[in-house]
Amino acid sequence: MIIRYMLITAILLGVFAVVGTGMVAYTFDITAERIAINEREALLQSLHAIVPSALHDNDLPSDTITVKSKELLGTGKPVTVYRARKNGIPIAAILTPIAPDGYNGAIKLLVAISYQGDILGVRVISHRETPGLGDAIDKDKSDWVDDFRGHALANLGELGWHVKRDGGEFDQFTGATITPRAVVKAVYNSLQYFKAHRDELFVNSVNASGVEHESD
Amino acid sequence: MNQISYANIARDGLWNNNPALVQILGLCPLLAVTNTVINGLGLGLATLLTLVLSNVTVSLIRNSVRPEIRIPVFVLVIASIVTAIELAMNAFFHELYKILGIFIPLIVTNCAIIARAEAFASKNAVVPSFVDGFTMGLGFTSVLVTLGALREALGQGTLFSHAHLMFGEAGKWMQVTLVEDYHGFLLAVLPPGAFIGLGLLIAVKNVIDARRKLQAAPAQIMTADAGATA
Repeated sequence: MIIRYMLITAILLGVFAVVGTGMVAYTFDITAERIAINEREALLQSLHAIVPSALHDNDLPSDTITVKSKELLGTGKPVTVYRARKNGIPIAAILTPIAPDGYNGAIKLLVAISYQGDILGVRVISHRETPGLGDAIDKDKSDWVDDFRGHALANLGELGWHVKRDGGEFDQFTGATITPRAVVKAVYNSLQYFKAHRDELFVNSVNASGVEHESD
Repeated sequence: MNQISYANIARDGLWNNNPALVQILGLCPLLAVTNTVINGLGLGLATLLTLVLSNVTVSLIRNSVRPEIRIPVFVLVIASIVTAIELAMNAFFHELYKILGIFIPLIVTNCAIIARAEAFASKNAVVPSFVDGFTMGLGFTSVLVTLGALREALGQGTLFSHAHLMFGEAGKWMQVTLVEDYHGFLLAVLPPGAFIGLGLLIAVKNVIDARRKLQAAPAQIMTADAGATA
């Protein structure tokens, strides 16, 4: 009899599991499309903040290429590059590198570089820097990231691409030098990467997502 | 089931047995997200909805669940509800969802929810369980919002910043800047500020309770409290 009791109890638990999972599956099903739209819009919004929609006429979220460079892009994992074109002519690339040496872990960035090699804009996508000190890298908190605009490898030189304390051009924050130092270095490395790989980045196949090439 | 007074349930949830101030449950999300009013409100409402749905569901199935599998079934119910709420928030309050991040799925581990399922909903009918879940959730939300207001006002000198994340563009007018050009008070924003703030709220509640008791029965309390406060 105990076996029978156990069996019924187990079946009962199973039924609850199936009903619960079914409910989650149903919710997933009805929200999936909306979530995908949200994510796409959020992505477009952050991309358009640094590469205005007037500059390009292609669909940024789908015109991508993935590349790898642990040394210059801060991660051994594939990094997405969005490509902006107008009438098929390359305008800019938006790299998504990581600054691995933030004060509190990795800082994810968006770095937009024009085809000529100038910075169009930089945004921090995610970070865990100290609120009130290091988080001034966040556009919501301060305009510090705008300092990068218009700069290129050539106009500042290697020394210029440092925070002021290290002899460079970019402000550090009161009480926080490590955070801006990490961001400046990551932006500088992105420019280096762009310089070395520009033509490969714009390989002209609109549906190139998934194409990977290795480099170090 | 003997008659339960809804007023008593409500008083328990909101004040006497407040999940955050008295039971001290669900502290992890409570301390982590209360750096602004809107964050607190967002997580509070999600928790409230979870509490109501889980209490009602648990109450509905209370007679068909065998005692041996009671806890796993409750966990299953709560996990399913939270996952569904998480998906819905991602769909309809995408920005807020991104800010609250991991703390939405973590509602599953908020002990206040399984505690109400086990202690109340599994023993009571649907309507009292609904009221219990609602008032407990409201009690929890009010603490999140109060703590959020305290920390936001001290930390950034604003109230209701980012209200548009929850109320759309129309919510922007809600933001209040208390002090212009405020430089911020880091301690209030960082986790220690959360602990200190919650400690203060608990202390305030205890002071109010003590005063009330004193007014109700001065003579009795004097003798009873003498040992405790000495």
